[in-house]
Amino acid sequence: MPVEVIMPKVDMDMATGRISKWFFGDGAEVKKGDVLFEIETDKAAMEIDAPASGTLRDISGREGVDIAVGAPVAWIYEAGEAYAGAPAQQPAPAAAEPAKAPEEARPAAAVPAVPPAAADTGGKVRATPLARRLAQEAGIDLSAVGGSGPKGRVTRADVLAWRPPEKPACTAAAPAASPAPAPAGPSDEQVRRLFAEGSYEVVAHSNMRRTIARRLVEAKSTVPHFYLTVDCSIDALLKLRTELNAAAPVADGRPDFKLSVNDMVIRAYAMALRAVPEANVSWTEEGLLKHRHADIGVAVSVPGGLITPIVRSAEIKTLSAISSEMKDLAARAKDGKLKAEEYQGGTGAVSNLGMFGVREFAAIVNPPHATILAVGAGERRPVMVGDEVRGATLMTVTLSTDHRAVDGALGAELIGAFRSYIERPMLMLV
Amino acid sequence: MAKTTAAKAAPAAEGGNLPFIYREYPRETLLGALRKMHLIRKFEEGAEESYMRGLIHGTMHLSIGQEASAMGICLPLTNDDQITSTHRGHGHCIAKGADVKRMFAEFFGKTTGYCAGRGGSMHIADVTTGNLGANGIVGGGLPIAVGAALTAKRLKTGKVAVCFFGDGANNEGAFHEALNMASVWKLPVVFVCENNKYGMSTSTERSTAVANIADRAAAYSMPGVIVDGNVLSDVAEASHAAVERARRGEGPSLIECKTYRYRGHSKSDRNRYRTKDEIDDWMSNRDPIERYEAQLVEFGIAKADEIEAIRASVAEEIAAGIEFAKASPAPEIADLANYVYTEQA
Amino acid sequence: MDAAVRELSYSQAIQEAMAIAMEADERVILMGEDIGVYGGAFQVTGDLIDRFGPDRVMDTPISELGGAGVAVGAAVTGLRPIFEFQFSDFAALAMEQIVNQAAKMRYMLGGAVSVPVVMRFPGGSGTGAAAQHSQSLEAWLGHVPGLKVIQPATPHDVKGMLLAAVADPDPVMIFEHKLLYKMKGPVPEGHYTVPIGKAEVRREGRDLTVVATSLMVHKALEAAETLAAEGMDVEVIDLRTIRPMDRETVIESVKKTSRLMCVYEGVKTLGVGAELSAMVAESEAFDYLDAPIVRLGGAETPIPYNPELEKAAVPQVPGIVAAARDLIRGAR
Repeated sequence: MPVEVIMPKVDMDMATGRISKWFFGDGAEVKKGDVLFEIETDKAAMEIDAPASGTLRDISGREGVDIAVGAPVAWIYEAGEAYAGAPAQQPAPAAAEPAKAPEEARPAAAVPAVPPAAADTGGKVRATPLARRLAQEAGIDLSAVGGSGPKGRVTRADVLAWRPPEKPACTAAAPAASPAPAPAGPSDEQVRRLFAEGSYEVVAHSNMRRTIARRLVEAKSTVPHFYLTVDCSIDALLKLRTELNAAAPVADGRPDFKLSVNDMVIRAYAMALRAVPEANVSWTEEGLLKHRHADIGVAVSVPGGLITPIVRSAEIKTLSAISSEMKDLAARAKDGKLKAEEYQGGTGAVSNLGMFGVREFAAIVNPPHATILAVGAGERRPVMVGDEVRGATLMTVTLSTDHRAVDGALGAELIGAFRSYIERPMLMLV
Repeated sequence: MAKTTAAKAAPAAEGGNLPFIYREYPRETLLGALRKMHLIRKFEEGAEESYMRGLIHGTMHLSIGQEASAMGICLPLTNDDQITSTHRGHGHCIAKGADVKRMFAEFFGKTTGYCAGRGGSMHIADVTTGNLGANGIVGGGLPIAVGAALTAKRLKTGKVAVCFFGDGANNEGAFHEALNMASVWKLPVVFVCENNKYGMSTSTERSTAVANIADRAAAYSMPGVIVDGNVLSDVAEASHAAVERARRGEGPSLIECKTYRYRGHSKSDRNRYRTKDEIDDWMSNRDPIERYEAQLVEFGIAKADEIEAIRASVAEEIAAGIEFAKASPAPEIADLANYVYTEQA
Repeated sequence: MDAAVRELSYSQAIQEAMAIAMEADERVILMGEDIGVYGGAFQVTGDLIDRFGPDRVMDTPISELGGAGVAVGAAVTGLRPIFEFQFSDFAALAMEQIVNQAAKMRYMLGGAVSVPVVMRFPGGSGTGAAAQHSQSLEAWLGHVPGLKVIQPATPHDVKGMLLAAVADPDPVMIFEHKLLYKMKGPVPEGHYTVPIGKAEVRREGRDLTVVATSLMVHKALEAAETLAAEGMDVEVIDLRTIRPMDRETVIESVKKTSRLMCVYEGVKTLGVGAELSAMVAESEAFDYLDAPIVRLGGAETPIPYNPELEKAAVPQVPGIVAAARDLIRGAR
């Protein structure tokens, strides 16, 4: 049998080789170990020895052609071995010619491609992944949602707070002015016609006014309300407040804190929600969100409306922390400088009109809250103690609840817990 | 338990002037050694051929010409004794007792290979015959062998650890740290330098400050012996002495086998750093297999036709090994991460 | 079983774990520089040589490469060595044996061997030891498949994780912050393990997930208390293991809080925080992120000598508080 001479693999990753030079021709006598041919690799030229002694025949591996590793390039016949023409072999198959280098087809002086338009934030909305996902799930166009984050980044809170613009009323074609929400009520025109021309002026709605109108209509028409009212004795609370304020450390001539009754109401309500966690909830269609912390929205009246900044985790904060946070939030609310996430969310709310002398009132639950506590003025009133009439300072509070989430007995438990913190205020300090 | 160095039955030949192995080992052992030396050479030639045909990828480092060193060192060892090997480790693996079928399968990257196709030539190992593995890092096995010897001493197993390394490794820090610790702790380890004159292309003259690697033994207070690495009996005699010393608890030794590799460093070597005359001289005049065969005939231990029969049986075993490797299954891609940790994630 | 719980320091907990392992298994040995009569550079081995003798509490020459390699070879052949590097920085001298040998041996040999070696690396800054004795190099080794890399942060965990490491058939690298050695905490008596590969939620919160390692866990917890007083509710996860990393705990937390901050002492770039950030960004938690991910890591400098510079080179509590506050308030 003739001995096959192959294109050897001489390097890692070598798939093909190229013979640069044969040192023997067809029919030459070679000795085992003679250098038969030289191959080029990426790195260098290598000399390849004859694998056997004999006559070299059927050189099929041509010089300068890529040949697959392992392919025969010639045969060596032993002395005296019959040569019956080339073995049934294809000539060493040239490795597939690489496609003509594409650069040849390229124009000599390539014109630089037109640079893409400078990155334009108009095209892309800056938003967090969570905001994107929530918007997508709710079918909200992100570009319509104003972002409150750095460089206008839209966050979860922005998406949650966003409401679609109302459908324009069919008659009013005033551009850019979306009409006040008035589902099934009289039209603007009908309302105006009830008053004599010139007897009124039209004050354009602010965005805040529109939002208040929309949200309260929504809340009052979709949330089934019910109300629970109790009187709380606040003499002990007022006394404690006086003592605490008197004991406040003074730095730079100013006391470190000055607690208000409302600060104590916030804390008491938060602690009540912690004590009755079933009432610290939000209604969603899928299920009740049972909150781990009591985040209290506190209604603050501001020019042109009201806003409810949130004191987060108020159940774990000290009275002084709540007090200083409320001062900061109220001041910034009045300046219109609250961030969206400072007034969005919350697990319950407090609205206090006591400072206006209001004795009692009922407030509208503002989802996602399930409850809101309406706080009236503290006033001296006669109370029966046994059979005697005594004077006491009483504060009447009314709890409004979302009946979907909080039933009557549960609401009673909550307002009872609130009253016990108010009437035994030392418990708020521990 | 490997309590004693490998069998000393009836020696093959009597006579005080005969070289060591003929006095020490029975005929079957001597012929077995010859067969293994052929097996090493034919295995490597078969691997080289398969490599050139593109059946084996990566690279490989052939020890053709160094068979007496691998075989002679392993002759006094039992399967319980442990070796660490080098990137030029096919010979050690076979000499220690591995099956060429599973070695070929490993080279072909098959699941039936010794390393399940994860190691290849450079990490060939057969732990069942005491080979803790070839090593791709020059000097990598030196401290590991010392660790194996520490285990043997601490658990009193009677095992000896043998550490093969090349002349290149003697300039690695690991060599010096390993020899020092082995000596300080008197561990049962034998360091075997296979000095084939070149660390890749750089000769020992140009790389090493001492004339002989064995000279370095003095610095670590252990015996340093130089032997002709191409004479089986000389290698085995030195190995026997060092292994016995280790078993007696007297500590480590260093053996330097002067030898030569016929092939280049690896498959991409163009042999520019040595002459064809030098290679031819070693191949023609100092071939370890030819010299051993000549002695076997000279001392009347084997006849030419018996040697021929050994060669034929080796050729058959090699051919069968390659067929086994070709027919074996390749690993599943999904099993890529097998063996990274003992407990799979 | 109510094992008594005492207060032990972190280093006492390590020593106790090693003693328990050695009592239970003759194959367990300690190796390292000056761990014998000297008791170790940080007195972690202490008097163990009196109990177990010099054959099991082995002083090695100052040969980190060789010593680590001997430990690897001994582990492969039947011992269970616990090898102490005097400083984690000296791992650089032994990377060959750790990375090329210990980590790969099982794989290269197709599962024929296991390498049950434990290596201990005292690391971290804060001792004035400057650039070559203060690094946090865990990410180097965390990059290597085949190794397990842990950073216990408490005395309880270091004892349990070291015992888990000794029982583990694969090489386990323990990075111990030097400033933790004197920290005390409750440690049960007797044998127990803390699983490798499992993070621990040290503090629950809903506004931000802070994933911290080693000493930084304690700094993050301190920061979380400050933030709580401001009404910010921070969840602190002690990662404990950097390879294999506990994806689930981190991802679930981020899904809850929508914000992630990573706090670690190693150099910030290409470190543990980079991996955590990428892991979260690649996971289903991506769609829950409501703010950019923030990493607080070591400065891009060697650890300096001057104490104020040294502090500035790694995260400190006020910086953690400020970054977390900004992140929660949407200012980042």
